[in-house]
Amino acid sequence: MLGQTLREVSAALKQGQITPTELCQKCLSLIKKTKFLNAYITVSEEVALKQAEESEKRYKNGQSLGDLDGIPIAVKDNFSTSGIETTCASNMLKGYVPPYNATVVQKLLDQGALLMGKTNLDEFAMGSGSTDGVFGPVKNPWSYSKQYREKRKQNPHSESGDSDWLITGGSSGGSAAAVSAFTCYAALGSDTGGSTRNPAAHCGLVGFKPSYGLVSRHGLIPLVNSMDVPGILTRCVDDAAMVLGVLAGHDPKDSTTVHDPINKPLVLSSLADVSKLCIGIPKEYLVPELSSEIQSLWSRAADLFESEGAKVIEVSLPHTSYSIVCYHVLCTSEVASNMARFDGLQYGHRCDIDVSTEAMYAATRREGFNDVVRGRILSGNFFLLKENYENYFVKAQKVRRLIANDFVNAFNSGVDVLLTPTTLSEAVPYLEFIKEDNRTRSAQDDIFTQAVNMAGLPAVSIPIALSNQGLPIGLQFIGRAFYDQQLLTVAKWFEKQVQFPVIQLQELMDDCSAILENEKLASVSLKQ
Amino acid sequence: MAAPMLRWGCRGRRWALAWVDGGSCHRRGAPTGSTSNRIRGQSSLAQQPLRTAQKPRKGEHKWAAVVGLEIHAQISSNSKLFSGSQVRFSAPPNSLVSFFDASLPGTLPVLNRRCVEAAVMTGLALNCHINKKSLFDRKHYFYADLPAGYQITQQRLPIAVNGSLTYGISAGKERGQVIPKTVRVKQIQLEQDSGKSLHDDLRSQTLVDLNRAGVGLLEVVLEPDLSCGEEAATAVRELQLILQALGTSQANMAEGQLRVDANVSVHHPGEPLGVRTEVKNLNSLRFLAKAIDYEIQRQISELENGGEILNETRSFHEKLGCTVSMRDKEAKQDYRFMPEPNLPPLLLYDATSLPTDADPQQVINIDQIREMLPELPSVTRERLVQQYGMLPEHSFTLLNEVGLLEFFQNVIKETRAEPKKVTSWVLNIFLGYLKQENLAVSESPVTPSALAELLDLLDSRTISSSAAKQVFEELWKREGKTPGQIVSEKQLELMQDRGALEQFCYSVMKDHPQVVMDVKKGNPRAINKLIGLVRKATLNRADPAVIKEILEKQLSL
Repeated sequence: MLGQTLREVSAALKQGQITPTELCQKCLSLIKKTKFLNAYITVSEEVALKQAEESEKRYKNGQSLGDLDGIPIAVKDNFSTSGIETTCASNMLKGYVPPYNATVVQKLLDQGALLMGKTNLDEFAMGSGSTDGVFGPVKNPWSYSKQYREKRKQNPHSESGDSDWLITGGSSGGSAAAVSAFTCYAALGSDTGGSTRNPAAHCGLVGFKPSYGLVSRHGLIPLVNSMDVPGILTRCVDDAAMVLGVLAGHDPKDSTTVHDPINKPLVLSSLADVSKLCIGIPKEYLVPELSSEIQSLWSRAADLFESEGAKVIEVSLPHTSYSIVCYHVLCTSEVASNMARFDGLQYGHRCDIDVSTEAMYAATRREGFNDVVRGRILSGNFFLLKENYENYFVKAQKVRRLIANDFVNAFNSGVDVLLTPTTLSEAVPYLEFIKEDNRTRSAQDDIFTQAVNMAGLPAVSIPIALSNQGLPIGLQFIGRAFYDQQLLTVAKWFEKQVQFPVIQLQELMDDCSAILENEKLASVSLKQ
Repeated sequence: MAAPMLRWGCRGRRWALAWVDGGSCHRRGAPTGSTSNRIRGQSSLAQQPLRTAQKPRKGEHKWAAVVGLEIHAQISSNSKLFSGSQVRFSAPPNSLVSFFDASLPGTLPVLNRRCVEAAVMTGLALNCHINKKSLFDRKHYFYADLPAGYQITQQRLPIAVNGSLTYGISAGKERGQVIPKTVRVKQIQLEQDSGKSLHDDLRSQTLVDLNRAGVGLLEVVLEPDLSCGEEAATAVRELQLILQALGTSQANMAEGQLRVDANVSVHHPGEPLGVRTEVKNLNSLRFLAKAIDYEIQRQISELENGGEILNETRSFHEKLGCTVSMRDKEAKQDYRFMPEPNLPPLLLYDATSLPTDADPQQVINIDQIREMLPELPSVTRERLVQQYGMLPEHSFTLLNEVGLLEFFQNVIKETRAEPKKVTSWVLNIFLGYLKQENLAVSESPVTPSALAELLDLLDSRTISSSAAKQVFEELWKREGKTPGQIVSEKQLELMQDRGALEQFCYSVMKDHPQVVMDVKKGNPRAINKLIGLVRKATLNRADPAVIKEILEKQLSL
């Protein structure tokens, strides 16, 4: 049951094959067993059980709230949850309990979803590994998969033991690990430069970043307001569409959400034929750092479309190479501004120093933020200084517009969807990852994902195959703004073609049989 | 900028005498109006002109002062600029604070339609160009009562620009003339107010009240077209009247709904402008004028003594009557302006650009607001002059006192007396009594109806004008009597019986043969003496004109 997709388990609940409470308890028990993954910062056991109880009553009375009623979900710990600690994996917000729910959280709860807990991340979502949070790094469940373990045994150089565990990618690594390890059926991430798609690729999941303005940011503790989007992590495209259908729409509390809602409920049609599609392959995305394995999978994917009748053309996004540095200026500037509110006065951490207000601010912020956050605040304030504003911030905004126009031009040339890699390589071991600092890593790892955020476009990472090492590899589809449904429809067709294997976590837990009681069903499920 | 308006000094509803159109830019040594601690609405019952100091002495014609103002008017609105919290003065601390106002992480601003309409309306009333697209920016600084660490304002592209404000300065020998002057309005921008910090020096702690945090402000920036404290105070007074007429701000300075910062510099005409200082903490019109004039004089003497003016922020010290440097506390800082990413551009429409399928709830039509503009004070004054034939300066006085115009109009409505008579009574007698006792119009013991009845009695020659003044004095005692009752109780009616009056005249002439002789000898003043004697004999109940007529007849003049 746990290995099923959201849609399947939803059907099982409706048919009474399992009750919400049973499902909730199974997930809770798995959360406990996989505690070492460090996927969750807070497990909201009592809340989840109570919600399950209420859901059960509804099912009994035939008053189910819909497809999400009774479904266990997890939420990244940078979404405000009423009555549940929300930390952003930072000392600054340890112990902070918001008095309100983020709109996306509220919408899920209104549909009867069960909130299992708050998932781990890089501090304030600044990172690409989920390694830089105050609660420690998240471990990629694939580190313990049969697929990966077996490949490693074949490699005489590899060490055995736990020390070579892999990162999840990030910053929504906790959410990715939580879904990947079957502790919930869907999770919310956030995506500012790739933070949902990157860990999705590393953890073999569907990671969807909706169009900017389609889903409310109210309650999402911001990284870069003009690029942040709530992201969705699921095991298949249909599940992502189902969650999107619940989340999408104008929110009076977020003035940047659009008024014309997409059709609801969002049900994806099955594309019978891709012959009318035009797939664009951006040539600038073929970079030397790209692993040859991913490059060849990317090329095979293009071939697949072509062989099925789609038109596949090379397109140019000429300003791609400026994206990283442009993002650096815009991101740090907004970070400097957004972080100004954390002064220890109204909420969050406050130091013991009370010599003066200024001294209190300084010590509070030094103690509350890690080096990454402080570094970005420092750079951002530098870029915003009167003497630098024109040279940095304004220029970066202009470059941002050029990057966004690149996409517009590509789509205007007749392209429906762009196909790119999501990451440069598969997930790397933690010890490997931390050899580079956060800034270098973020710059490298966001290379294929970040431009999309600058342009506000929808994008989705789809797991395509396992690497030679037995690790998941994802490819990214990018759509026109607010063509989220079309994008997901194409992604769904692709997903069906590639038949990505289900993670086999037998070796992960002692009583694996209990957890993966129906592995076969799980494997079948992806084939539909 | 509403930047650190901190330590909102004299908070406790201290009433300060405000401006009346009697100050002087060109008169020295006028006595300073006495202060009063009475609490009352924003009015301007100053009894005496302001002390100003600007007239160049002989041989020192060289200095000219340049004054610009930044005025913050709290928008009269039920809720705050970007949140649904209520706006109310003197509510218990931190009782009107939403999650957004406390800047809880993840909260977002949602623009209040009413505040936008108020800004457009004010912009139109000040002859501004309304920008159909305006933008919001963040202005950063750390202060305890600014919970987000930044204020949302309109730095780059404000909602209204390039307007003008016309006000009237009293001039002439008796200061009876009103000279119209104009100051350009640079821009009007929407922005958030900050909270309030209350410093408890005893326990060395700062307490923060966020009730005011996020309240909508209109920042009205006036170009440096002013040259002295009186001009500044008069211009602000006119703006205050306009805001109150529009209902866009209550503009009560005592409650902090209207706050003014002044930029002051001096220079030699024809030469570049001097270094300017910013004077803050000006919470009454009188202090505004005083502070500016003090600052001008300070700068002149500083420069004449070889000193230099620092570009600094100074605070007006009310008790000492001088400005003092705020030093580091408000040191120049880099506000690191940045576009507010959570608010799309603010788009406004007019009748021609309004999209046909627009949801009326979602759009603001400038033309529609223009049609809703009420009569502005300048038009009201014009109308008073036209309709009632009063002097322009009288129309100024009528508008300057809160409630006085309404009082006047109510009297006019109920009396048969000539408007000129009404004007004279309201402005001289009625206002004189109010000022003497430092009362607001609303606190007057005399109602418009009572005054109207009194003026009717006068008009019908039932009583003499001196008797009328006597009746008014009785009315002021609040004994609940009508003018008619007072007149009959005190027997103040004019004698209508001509025979009896002739008898009085006859007796007086008989008793004062010497005066009669004087009259007959041709002394023109002697008859007045006789008239006075007759009036006295009639206990002031006789009409002097009738007495004169009778006397002349009896003396066969």
